[in-house]
Amino acid sequence: MISLESRLTLAGKARLRLDRKSGHYMLLYPEKGMRLNATAADIVQLCTGEHTVAEIIERLAAKYAAQPRTAIEKEVLTFLEALSERMLVCTET
Amino acid sequence: MSAGAPIPAELRPYTLVAELTYRCPLHCVYCSNPLDYARHRDALTTADWLRVLRESEQLGVMQVNLSGGEPLLRKDLEALVAEAERLELYTNLITSGIPLTRERLRRLKDLGLDNVQVSIQDVTAESADRIAGRRAFERKLQVARWVKELGLPLTLNTVLHRLNLEHTAEIVALAEALQADRLELANTQYLGWALSNRSALLPSAEQLARAREIAAVARRRLKGRMEILFVTPDYYAERPKACMDGWGRRFLIVSPDGLALPCHLAHTLPGLTWENVRERSLEQIWLHSPAFNAYRGEDWMPEPCRSCDRRSLDFGGCRCQAYHLTGNAAATDPACALSSAHGVIEAARRESLARATTPPLIYRRARLSALPERSAE
Repeated sequence: MISLESRLTLAGKARLRLDRKSGHYMLLYPEKGMRLNATAADIVQLCTGEHTVAEIIERLAAKYAAQPRTAIEKEVLTFLEALSERMLVCTET
Repeated sequence: MSAGAPIPAELRPYTLVAELTYRCPLHCVYCSNPLDYARHRDALTTADWLRVLRESEQLGVMQVNLSGGEPLLRKDLEALVAEAERLELYTNLITSGIPLTRERLRRLKDLGLDNVQVSIQDVTAESADRIAGRRAFERKLQVARWVKELGLPLTLNTVLHRLNLEHTAEIVALAEALQADRLELANTQYLGWALSNRSALLPSAEQLARAREIAAVARRRLKGRMEILFVTPDYYAERPKACMDGWGRRFLIVSPDGLALPCHLAHTLPGLTWENVRERSLEQIWLHSPAFNAYRGEDWMPEPCRSCDRRSLDFGGCRCQAYHLTGNAAATDPACALSSAHGVIEAARRESLARATTPPLIYRRARLSALPERSAE
């Protein structure tokens, strides 16, 4: 489970890469690729093990100040939970 | 970006399957290489493969499966991994694990290899080696351990069929013991050598249902620890697979002799002329070769595909299966229950149910491969 205190790193099998054709970031892993929207790409880029989930929410809330904070918080948690279930991020609590 | 016109977004490949050689130390009875594989020599030089990687990336490819045959038999595998890394391509080594040393695996890792997929034929040496036609099992386990020791992600792939489906729980346990990140339980696709061995390999519906349930329970239990894929054989699916995600849509295969293909066996289909990467650019072939365009989109589709709700989901199924079972590559995949040729699938299922003993296995070997491909039943 992911908590606000979790520090996440990208799993060894996953790689973030800019798709030069579409301009979107893609999260690549064996036999698959996940196309990321701008927020999702920001979140993945912050999965370096340095930041807690709370800090990631903080950063995104600052960057997307026009959006309600609760919506951003929900988006970050939902997305990271989904990545965690697919073992694309690892938790280091 | 290439100098030519931009590639339409709906028409860009994501994955290059680099079939570096058809040579392989194993003789697996389900091998998906063409029966005449020995006719397709390793004709591409290192420089050719490096160019294939660069041209693929320019076309939009982001993942490369280094495959075969046994890709480790190419001495220039290191050079290819290094170039793929430079191009930021995700590299997946699809291997039997033989021949490999720990030192070479470490070199490949240091050069940027992203994932290693090792095939495991079954859970005991006796059965696994019978399926592979060679002593290999213990060595494979060693290779799988090295993968994890070196910190590389490990995928185990077991091709399922009548001879090992009953061991699905043990296969999962083995994958857990080896700390695999991912387990592919992929039922045999009955093409190539697997079609020659179909009467020995095709399971019954009951066998399949039990294995599927075991995989489903294991998937729930191991959620977040090991990813488990269970690929149903289309002989029991009623609707065909979206073979290769559609012809010439997402996948680009290059054969050891340099043919650019939309699927592993497209060069077994009659009436199509395949172009060679030594003679034309990948972009030219991908976009403009008549063979690549033969089954793209929906214009080629016969009924019942043409008016089917699922045509944009399954793309009419597999062209190779259509040809090898009906003699017509443009037919609806007979795996579809709506196909007028679906009877051949039902007959194969009935035969499987009635069978008490395993017929002799036909091992993948070069001496047999000069024989013409088998066509309609």
